[in-house]
Amino acid sequence: METLIMRQGFGVLPAQTETLAVLQVKRLPLRSYNEASRDPKSTPLLRRCSTDPGSGRVARTSGIAGSSDASVHVKLIVRGKMASLSVCQQSCGGFSFENCKRNALLESEFSKQGHYLPSARKTGTTICGVVYKDGVVLGADTRATEGMVVADKNCAKIHYISPNIYCCGAGTAADTEMTTQLISSNLELHSLSTGRLPRVATANRMLKQMLFRYQGYIGAALVLGGVDCTGPHLYSIYPHGSTDKLPYVTMGSGSLAAMAVFEDRYKEDMEEEEAKQLVRDAIAAGIFNDLGSGSNVDLCVITKNKIDYLRPHDLANKKGVRSGSYKYKRGTTGVVTKSVTQLDLEVIDEVVQTMDTS
Amino acid sequence: MAVEFEGGVVIGSDSRVSAGQSVVNRVMNKLSRLHDNVFCALSGSAADAQAVADVVDYQLDLHSIDMGGLPLVKAAANMVKDISYKYKEEMVAHLIVAGWDKSKGGQVYGTLGGMLIRQPFAVGGSGSTYIYGYVDSAYKKNMTKDDCHKFVANALSLAMNRDGSSGGVIYMVTITEKGTEDKVILGNELPQFFDDGL
Repeated sequence: METLIMRQGFGVLPAQTETLAVLQVKRLPLRSYNEASRDPKSTPLLRRCSTDPGSGRVARTSGIAGSSDASVHVKLIVRGKMASLSVCQQSCGGFSFENCKRNALLESEFSKQGHYLPSARKTGTTICGVVYKDGVVLGADTRATEGMVVADKNCAKIHYISPNIYCCGAGTAADTEMTTQLISSNLELHSLSTGRLPRVATANRMLKQMLFRYQGYIGAALVLGGVDCTGPHLYSIYPHGSTDKLPYVTMGSGSLAAMAVFEDRYKEDMEEEEAKQLVRDAIAAGIFNDLGSGSNVDLCVITKNKIDYLRPHDLANKKGVRSGSYKYKRGTTGVVTKSVTQLDLEVIDEVVQTMDTS
Repeated sequence: MAVEFEGGVVIGSDSRVSAGQSVVNRVMNKLSRLHDNVFCALSGSAADAQAVADVVDYQLDLHSIDMGGLPLVKAAANMVKDISYKYKEEMVAHLIVAGWDKSKGGQVYGTLGGMLIRQPFAVGGSGSTYIYGYVDSAYKKNMTKDDCHKFVANALSLAMNRDGSSGGVIYMVTITEKGTEDKVILGNELPQFFDDGL
């Protein structure tokens, strides 16, 4: 790997900025590279590499054109320092299209070389929530899929928003994770500012306004539930930004299976055990009847005074024990000759590395 | 839909929200309060319609504080129209604004596509196409409040029977000088019409 471009000055950024973008190009024939450096107008290898001085975090390339006879392996490493954290990140205008051109170019280049960009990991999912006498019960399965493969057999889909509010997320795993974390952070600042415990309606407003701003491109379908001074509340929030306030909601690919269970057995003012059993059964319906959902049932019971985060509540799909052994007995394969060679190994250096497990 | 009468308006809607072929909310109240004397009926994309209604709710609140009193229905309709027109390429939502104010009494405004047009009655949404004939023939000038209730209930019921994306219950709000009255007509109480053998 050579850092050719760095030395030629294509990718070097002024030292004052806090970011450094290192582009490493592998096995690039000199011909095409010189051509590029000689005539910057014709198919330059790297069009522009810029920093965003405002955030001081990201170096973006606006176009990378590889020549067909060079095998270009482009690896973008960004080293940067975080700029000062802005309090309560406010929105600034609509969706940011800055990276779209670059992404489209990268994708076409990669597929030309036969590589493929990793697909967004979706959570398939069955999530649901129910309002009962003293509060809210939220439930979720634990399978995360990447295409037709299970990427994570035990992922946590019930996210923390505030001490009295939790949120289940379906759709693109990264989107739900980041969205809930962002709103959780903003809500904490808001709560410090008001001096009160946050309300579920506030979290709902923040989430819907952010998702609407991104016009559905953030694939996060959420079930938001919590208990505040006005009582227990449950909302379902769709990726485009619409919300519904209901006594029972389901979302995700297994939502129809779970809703069938709810429509049959939901009653107003249930007891806690009844509500937990109902949610468990609804998620189980999703797990067993939907391919995108599976593994265990996680529950979160939220009441005025306590939270019960039950992970797992029900190990519906415990891995079994093999009933037979498939090992071959010694002597099954006939041995013709046998020779033993001693390898002389000397211990030269012993290093102990401590792992940061905090 | 919404219809005006002497002294106020009656505004009504169905309650079905669908995502593809699945009904995600069968009891959604699509009548959104813009102010104490102005309501709007939402149709089209749920996210777009809710977002517009929320913005206008906020703007109207400020406006009425500035003006020191209840807003004019035309002012509310204007705000909805401004947003609908400015973002007409990006959004798919139609809000019918209806209410009562002191200067012109009960008023109904349609804002489809970003226009502002006052009508004696207005229908909107996917189910409205099935009832144009009915509302044109059944509407009479100078109806009373109860006549309007029956008119709205019948029209919505007919639309809900024919349109796949409409259904559930009927929410109705009557806005007069005295204030607002809510009414919900549940599924089994809907007016019955010819339904092939039933």
